[in-house]
Amino acid sequence: MSDKILVSTRKGLFTVSRNGRAWKITATDFLGDNVTLTLTDARDGRHYAALDHGHFGVKLHRSTANGWEEIAVPAYPPKPEGYEEHDMWGRPINWSTARIWALAAGGADEPGVIWCGTLPGGLFRSADHGASWEMIRSLWDHPKRKQWMGGGADLPGIHSICVDPRNSKRVWIAVSTGGIWSTQDAGASWTQRGEGMRAEHVPPELTHDPITQDVHCLVQCPAATDRMWVQHHNGIFVSSDEGRTFTEITDVAPSTFGFPVVVHPREPDTAWFVPEIKDEKRIPREGRLVVSRTRDGGRSFDVLTKGLPQSHAYDVVYRHALALDAAGERLAFGSTTGGVWVSEDQGDSWTCVTHTLPPVYAVRFA
Amino acid sequence: MAKVVFTTNVQRHVGCPDAVAEGHTVREVLENVFARNPQARGYVLDDQSALRKHMTIFVDGRMIRDRARLADAVADGSTIYVFQALSGG
Repeated sequence: MSDKILVSTRKGLFTVSRNGRAWKITATDFLGDNVTLTLTDARDGRHYAALDHGHFGVKLHRSTANGWEEIAVPAYPPKPEGYEEHDMWGRPINWSTARIWALAAGGADEPGVIWCGTLPGGLFRSADHGASWEMIRSLWDHPKRKQWMGGGADLPGIHSICVDPRNSKRVWIAVSTGGIWSTQDAGASWTQRGEGMRAEHVPPELTHDPITQDVHCLVQCPAATDRMWVQHHNGIFVSSDEGRTFTEITDVAPSTFGFPVVVHPREPDTAWFVPEIKDEKRIPREGRLVVSRTRDGGRSFDVLTKGLPQSHAYDVVYRHALALDAAGERLAFGSTTGGVWVSEDQGDSWTCVTHTLPPVYAVRFA
Repeated sequence: MAKVVFTTNVQRHVGCPDAVAEGHTVREVLENVFARNPQARGYVLDDQSALRKHMTIFVDGRMIRDRARLADAVADGSTIYVFQALSGG
């Protein structure tokens, strides 16, 4: 079980460690800077941290024995002279990394391979621990990529990356908005997935088009890769065929709206969510912060409250801010109002680590 | 030769000491500076080598007009200030 958590916030990176039975902040890095996401590569123990310096752009840092070092950041290729593409408001889309929105380690058979999803929609792969990056042109140049739209941000972006633990050439990504895409050949070609999802923000004839789907978060059960869970803008969806088709899960208390989802590493029917009221009211229902958990593939849900604030809590938990450790026992999440909670019993009870951090963007076990 | 001065705000991320470099345009001068300090390039220019959205450059007290190509002229003895704009928070 993991004893360390990396919490990415608007104003720095905080390391939370288990000491005895207490979880405490034990280190701060990049204090004052906007840390948007981290990755801990279980294959070699390296940590990666994405920063957004605003004026000075997006940067990527990697841990060393002596602290952090800045490494290459994924860069878009030169835009052809005279070529323009526009966002949904008609503004030109700059071919430049606007945000690092997904980081994932490659397979066990490809040490040093890191995948990176970005805004405005570029997917990148590094084969040398982030020292250099190659854009996956087959996806960027795919004619349907231009149908991706802003969802979680003004620009479209790749926020979820799942690498098949049995075959690292097989990768799934999810786009807000642009649905789910998969490759069977390490990124040489791509296929749209995600039949069965439902989008309410488009006209009826587009409701079930897989490319219109606003997936908030996509996860895959490592031990049973057929099983994928999606927290979607319009609900919770589950797949039993590697994302080809999804079934909507309805009638979930208190809500099916939210951003993150995590799935147990060995039990595909067990997944956790952090519900908000709904799209147009993104706060916990009745000011009660809860985590919902299913153990039966979505037929029923436990509403987990022990140790979580049940009065006047307005915490929103972003898509990368809920984490499950590799053992499937410990959970952690952080909120927009600076709270961090940890559970050592699969969510049955929670301990507040702090409620005074800057807005939390991402929580990851390290 | 032109003198290039970078905002102090960038210095805690990447060292950008004052520099002197050849060039007839802002582009030429900056590229000569970045050739000697490549890490600084991405803090000022975006992936298309245009000036980052919330950065601004002054040449002898005049804000440049060509943010994409940086074609504004630079004279011998000019001073180029690379600042962050007051947009972007």
